[in-house]
Parts: sequence; structure tokens; C-alpha cells
Amino acid sequence: MNAGQEAAGFGTAHGIDTTVLGENEIILNMGPQHPSTHGVLRIKLRLDGERVVDSECIIGYLHRGVEKIAEHRSYPQFAPYVDRMDYVAAVSNGLGYCEAVEKLLGAEAPPRARVVRTILAELQRIASHLLWLGTHALDIGALTPIFYAMREREEILKIFEKYCGARLTTHAFRIGGLQYETYDTFERDVKRFCEDFAQKIDQYETLLTENRIWIGRTKGVGVLSADDAIALGVTGPVLRASGVEWDVRKALPYAAYDRYQFEVPTRESGDTYDRYLVRIAEMRQARLICLQAVDGIPEGAIMARIGKVLKPPPGEVYHSIEGPKGELGYYIVSDGTIQPYRVRVRPPSFFNLQAFHRMARGAMVADVVAIIGSIDIVLGEVDR
Amino acid sequence: MVKRGNDEDPPDKRPGEEGAPDASRGASNVLQFPTPQKEPEAEAEPAKPARRVPGSAPREAPPAPVPLDNELVQRLRERFGDAIGEATIDRKQAIVLVEGGRVREIALACRDDEKFEMLVDLTAVDWPKRGRRFDVVWNLYSMTKNERLRLKAHVAVGESVPSVTSVWAGADWLERECFDLFGIVFEGHPDLRRILLPEEWQGHPLRKDYDILKQDTEWVRAHLGIESGQ
Repeated sequence: MNAGQEAAGFGTAHGIDTTVLGENEIILNMGPQHPSTHGVLRIKLRLDGERVVDSECIIGYLHRGVEKIAEHRSYPQFAPYVDRMDYVAAVSNGLGYCEAVEKLLGAEAPPRARVVRTILAELQRIASHLLWLGTHALDIGALTPIFYAMREREEILKIFEKYCGARLTTHAFRIGGLQYETYDTFERDVKRFCEDFAQKIDQYETLLTENRIWIGRTKGVGVLSADDAIALGVTGPVLRASGVEWDVRKALPYAAYDRYQFEVPTRESGDTYDRYLVRIAEMRQARLICLQAVDGIPEGAIMARIGKVLKPPPGEVYHSIEGPKGELGYYIVSDGTIQPYRVRVRPPSFFNLQAFHRMARGAMVADVVAIIGSIDIVLGEVDR
Repeated sequence: MVKRGNDEDPPDKRPGEEGAPDASRGASNVLQFPTPQKEPEAEAEPAKPARRVPGSAPREAPPAPVPLDNELVQRLRERFGDAIGEATIDRKQAIVLVEGGRVREIALACRDDEKFEMLVDLTAVDWPKRGRRFDVVWNLYSMTKNERLRLKAHVAVGESVPSVTSVWAGADWLERECFDLFGIVFEGHPDLRRILLPEEWQGHPLRKDYDILKQDTEWVRAHLGIESGQ
């Protein structure tokens, strides 16, 4: 752990030197329009033949100034914007933001709201992981899983749609609780999905887990050690695949997670294959949480009485949740007015992508695609 | 078109007012909660401010930041003396004001001796009316102790802050972002340049005096070939 002073310079994704190249070296630009970069990520690779000597991520193509916009909106007005950061996991973004503002106000959502939030956030985790699974496998050349993954994701999106009318940028929660009561068959839908889903995960696993090509393409590729992961602030499945058992849901429980039994899946070697296994195991756990939660949603109010005009007392708060990609944090400073003085978003993908540089060193060009896929980035969140 | 399950419900019916609870969410299941006795307490809390005038702060609003003086702060004070300023607790979170110039050594002590292995976040807040207008904020987390700590330093324009990239490698992009959006210079950073905005961009958008409608129109015209979209 204590790398001490000599840590200087290690792991820093400095700009790569393109002025002097070795005999067999070339500079290759991947993206920003490359299909495997999942949006608009540009990676500058310094290659020796097919080996990656050095790499540099160039980000910012999707920068919209979300944090600046926040300073010019009231607290509730900004809530829909957070959905557009990690747009494949909007529910989780909304959960983090609403809880952070609640903390700033000194309010708390009622138990019923907290349980419904937990269920939706876990469904969102499954949906996000399914999209990751499909596209990651597609990147590596396995065409089948995405069709299965999209099939199940659709069921989740249908539940979201029935609940709040939107599928992707849901804006499902409100500061202080929920806007909508659950619909009549909500419990039945969630239960039915979760009950079927166990065998669906088995199905994905029959396609990949012991597939020789899959193992060949992912095992030992893009290794990230636990010490590096911690030093780089990497969180989520990427951190857990490196052998660190840490999860915000367990360490600093929020919503209703302290009520449910679940495990935090971890792996040891921190390669692409382990990150795959961790996410698969996480989907199983998310399913279990949903099943526990849906069986006893408490009765009661869904909205705390927080008043119509939100004016948090001056001060600041940092609140984070375990998003599908890692620790998603909000640091909000209030000056006592209706608009936040400063909203800082701590996007998990930003930190995890920073570790790409370490993972890719010495890999082949084709592995770069596998590594990007295994980090599970969303550029909307990286660039904000 | 999807038929909403609760179409028949009056639109503004509040859930607490329902006469008979749904059979599907029977009360018998509540027993499965590990801590069912918690519920009434938790529910009572948010209900308290119900009689308050809308817009006023909730009754259990967090008190104003109170001074913090625990062992950690004492140890830091002993070691760094005046470099450790005011320590407070705000919304149960520890904040320690430090002297910007000595942040690197304080960070190293926090990591190695106090076991804050992780730099969770690094950012800044602009208070233009103050002499040293920026708050640079380091959010630390200790996995060993499951504890958060926030270091904060007041920094003036043109004043540089030592980089903590040698303490936490993850500070690299964070400091670049801070430099990009606030114009704060981190001394000793291996490669301090813009990260989110184009390298030639003029100005630092997250400063309070940078208007939200403002943009580097020169850059937009030169690189995108369009007039400003605002």
C-alpha cells in the first residue's frame, strides 16, 4: 500500500511523447469516432508493431458544462440534468443527487420512498450491466450476447416506463422522496423479472464464461493491481475485480441497503476476465436485493414534507452512492439561496478511465478494445 | 402505448391516504426486514417539519458548522502547527482548513500515517468577493477506518498549490480539470494542461465571473466555422 515517495510519476497519464519515435513505432489515433470507444473518446496510442508502448486518453468532446449549469438552476431544476451524465444509468444519477440535496437540507426520504428507490436503482444497475455486457462482447467479436442482453434490458426499461413514463432519462426521483406512487402491478413485474432473470444470467454465462475464445481474449488482459486501483481512485466493479472488497452500499449505506442481505463479489487478478465475472456476479446480487426489497415495501408517504422552495442552509455536503460504474459522488455547496452555489460531480467513469493508461501498457492493439469495454465508461459522465 | 397501472387513481391522491392497502404488498412481509422497528422512527422524522411554512428550512436542519477537535486534528496540529487552520464538522462531515503551500506534505501524512489511501475527489469553489478567492477541496477517504476527511485551502489568483499527484496518482486528471475550469495552477504536476476544454480556449468557465452565456467565440469561429450558438 505504502508506495512512499517513489510513487512520483507513476501511473500519471502524461501526454505521450510523439516527437521521437523508435524504428518500429507509430502513433495511432483511436476515435473519437471509433465504434469501440463507446461515444467520443479519443485514444492516442504509441505502438511498437502491435504492442502498446504508451497511451493517452483525450476527453472533453462531450463537455456541456453541467456543473456550470447547476449554478444557474434551482435545486429541483437541476435534477433532470444529472440523468444526462451517465445516460445509461439515469436512475442512479438521480438517486445520488436527490440524496445529496436531502442531506444538505437535513431531510430524509420516507421509508417507502427509500425502498422503491433501492429497487429501481438495482434494476438500473442490472440494465447498465446488461448494456455493458452486450457491447463489451460485441467489441470483442461475440455477436450473440447483445441480443439476449437487450431483451432483458427491455423488460427493465418497461418497468421504468410504466413507473415514470420515461425509459432512459427517467428523472424517477424527487428531492425528498418520489414523485409517483408505484403502479398497481409494480411488485409483480419486478418479481417476475427477477425470478426469470437468474436463468437468463446462466444463459449469458454459457455463451461466454467458459468460451475458449472469450477466455483467450480477456484473461490476463488489462491487469490493474489493487494498489494502483486505490491510488488512482478507481471504484466499482473495476476496483473489486482487482481484489479490493469495497462497496459504498456496504461501507456507507444509503437508501435502504442496510436492510438487505447481499454480497460484494470480488476477484483477484484484476484483468478483463475478472471484471466480466464481477459484473455478472453483481447482476445476481442486484437481483437478490430486488427480490428482498419488493417483498416488503413499507406503506406510508412517498414524499417528505420539505416545502416547495428549497433553500438549504449555507454549508456543504459530499454524498456518494454506488453507481453501476463505481462511486458516484456529489459535492454540493449551498450559500442559502434557491440555487446551488457549486455542484461538483464525482463521476466514476472519469477515475476509472484514468487507469486505462496503466492497463493498456504492453497490450496488443486488439486488446485495447477489450480493455475499454471492460472499464465500462460512459463519456457523458466523463466529460459532463 | 403503455397503460399506466394507476390510471384510475385520482391524480393527486397521496399514498398515505389510501383506505385499504394493496393486497400485493401485504403487511406480513414487513417482518422480513432485519430492522422493522426502525420504521416508525424514521417516518416520524421527515414528518416533523410538516407544520413549517413552505420554503423555510426544515426543523432538523443541520446546525451551523461546529468546531472539530478530535485526535486526528490534534495529531495534524502537533505535526504541522499553523499550517492546520480551523477544523469543523458540517453535516457530520469533517473539514480541515490547511495552508495551501504545505498541502503535499499534509496529504502524504494523511495517506501514510492516517491511512487515507484514497483521494476521492479534488475540486475547487470560487468565492470572488474573498481575498483569496478559491477554495481548493481535497476529499479523502480511508478504507481502513471507513472515514472521510475533507481538506480545504484558500488560494488566491496566481498563487499555486503543490500538486498531490505524487501522493495519489489519481490526482492527475483532477488537477488538470481544476486548472482547466478554474485556472488554479498545481505546482509539480507532470503535465498541467487543459483536459475538458480545447487547449487554445481562453478563460476558465467555472469561475463566478465567467458568465454562463459567455464562450470563447474566437475559438468557436476559428475551429467550428460557425457563429456562436448562444
